[in-house]
Amino acid sequence: MTGRPDIRRYPGFAAMAALCLAILYVPLAVVIAYSFNDSTSLTNWGGVSLRWYADLFTGVEAPRFRAAAWNSITIATLAATASTIIAAAAAVAMVRGGRFRGKGATFALINLPLMVPEIVTAVATLIFFSTIGLMTGYLTILIAHITFCIPFAYLPIAARLEGIEETFEQAARDLYATRAQAFRLILLPLMMPGVISGFLLAFIISLDDFIITNFVKGAGMETLPTAIFGSVKQGIKPNILALSTVMLTVSILFVTLSYFVNRLGQRSRA
Amino acid sequence: MDEVVAVRRVVKRFGAFTALAGVSLTIGQKQFFTLLGPSGCGKTTLLRCIAGFEDLSEGTILLEGRDIAGLAPNLRPVNTVFQHYALFPHMTVAQNVAFGLKMQGMAPGPRLKRAGEMLELVHLSGFADRLPSQLSGGQQQRVALARALAPSPRVLLLDEPLSALDLKLRQAMRVELKQLQEETGITFVFVTHDQEEALTMSDRIAVMSAGEVRQIGSPREIYEAPVNRFVAGFIGETNLLPVRVASFAGGMARVVLPGGHQLTCPGAQTAPTGTPHVSIRPERMTLVPPGSGDLDASVERLIYLGTDLQVLARLADGTALHLRMQNSARATPPGAGSTIGVAIEEGAARLLAD
Ligand SMILES: Nc1ncnc2c1ncn2[C@@H]1O[C@H](COP(=O)(O)OP(=O)(O)OP(=O)(O)O)[C@@H](O)[C@H]1O
Ligand SMILES: [Mg+2]
Repeated sequence: MTGRPDIRRYPGFAAMAALCLAILYVPLAVVIAYSFNDSTSLTNWGGVSLRWYADLFTGVEAPRFRAAAWNSITIATLAATASTIIAAAAAVAMVRGGRFRGKGATFALINLPLMVPEIVTAVATLIFFSTIGLMTGYLTILIAHITFCIPFAYLPIAARLEGIEETFEQAARDLYATRAQAFRLILLPLMMPGVISGFLLAFIISLDDFIITNFVKGAGMETLPTAIFGSVKQGIKPNILALSTVMLTVSILFVTLSYFVNRLGQRSRA
Repeated sequence: MDEVVAVRRVVKRFGAFTALAGVSLTIGQKQFFTLLGPSGCGKTTLLRCIAGFEDLSEGTILLEGRDIAGLAPNLRPVNTVFQHYALFPHMTVAQNVAFGLKMQGMAPGPRLKRAGEMLELVHLSGFADRLPSQLSGGQQQRVALARALAPSPRVLLLDEPLSALDLKLRQAMRVELKQLQEETGITFVFVTHDQEEALTMSDRIAVMSAGEVRQIGSPREIYEAPVNRFVAGFIGETNLLPVRVASFAGGMARVVLPGGHQLTCPGAQTAPTGTPHVSIRPERMTLVPPGSGDLDASVERLIYLGTDLQVLARLADGTALHLRMQNSARATPPGAGSTIGVAIEEGAARLLAD
């Protein structure tokens, strides 16, 4: 057979792969395992327990975490909703708008935030807010999150939209639907998997963000990542491991959900 | 008023490319009107102009006497059966069929009843609750038809609706489509590049090439009285013989065939431009003893076609000629290399305009 060389036969392939996977996942595995440790020590195993999970709700840091979680979840929900709406409008204009001047530039502008180093965006955003005199706090975090979530919501929506033939909308228009009706009754339901996928992605990106949030949050305002960072600065306690595990679970759940929504959409289209 | 659609000198350009180069035609009430032509000749573009998906570069389209320029597709009483059906994948068959009625503001009760009737008309009564993806190609095609017919449009546009079906189904659907048109009395504008489809179904055919209409007529006129070389060659098989025109008056010509024999033949209304040609269908010529017919030719090859034998021959001046003889025990086929005489049936030769 003259196919591609089988990469699995290369000398050292297995060892290299194992090493990469280990570097990626052993720390995560350790965090998850020790979050169930029944001991105040980070290194000594004291048996299985859920005490650190309980500690998240009842311990000394519980009020701080609860406030941070509330901020994180509401900001992520609002930011994901707003950025998804903006991204959907942008995607419809880009994919269905035909050819227009500056289309390439527009595409670059929408997706630039993916390429710009986050620290640069963070500094720029902070300078911007202080220049226009906006008090840092919940609102500044929300605005910043809406902004950087747009490209993440845009990509799955645009990809989905590109796969939908224009004849569906034309058929609707031909059958006496107005432009708005054709959008609402035909295009929107067909692009929904992309929209949901984009929303979930934006939600997770917002929930996880640290750098930009840390710059624009102002004093006394915390989201989960900044709260964790603040807590860790005073030494790592096992309750942080529990909180990290919870966040990891939520992230994995959302990304998986996003993946399956997309797959479901692809199947229904066939 | 008898004409439903009047297309007047319509030009459509895409940038520098001219897809329709001044098309004029009129489509009558309850007609089955076919646009026939090779790929890329502008059939779909013309249909899209009538439906309202393309703006005209020049010219006008009248629908029942009214200029429809600038009227959005949803404001034109015209429905389309798309080439790949474009059934809404997230709606059931019944919802698809009722969509146009819903947009017209019909209440749910009446419109579902009407959708049921339309499905019955296309023999799909049991399929109302299925999704389009759960139907075969032929069934999807019928749903598309029912959906476009449900709002009783003034004109139904069909863009190669049968091209995605296999041969058997295509032949069955031809008959059904024609019946449906007669039952509903709706004017059909049907696009195809399949000449057999066009000949069997149409009341009138417009033959197009390169953005122009080359001839409009009944199937019989198009086949038996083509006016130019494109139409003669595109529809069916034909022989094109170069001739010299001895006299020409009132659509009748006296022509001199290669070999010197003279023939009177009907032809185009205008005198031919360039080298004049006559078109003769292979089945309208018969084999006769050499010297006793209109032409003499030498046989090059015999091709067995089952019911027929095809005889490929060549005239003395090199022009290829093909004719048919019935495959029967009574007629002995000529051998390759032998000389044959060819008699042309009265009126079978047509003088072409170009
Ligand atoms: N939107 C467009 N932009 C540029 N050129 C186009 C556009 N639509 C059609 N054309 C061109 O116009 C010509 C006619 O196209 P049209 O689709 O009408 O052909 P057709 O007769 O329907 O062919 P087919 O039998 O292959 O469907 C083609 O050469 C095509 O490339
Ligand atoms: Mg076409």
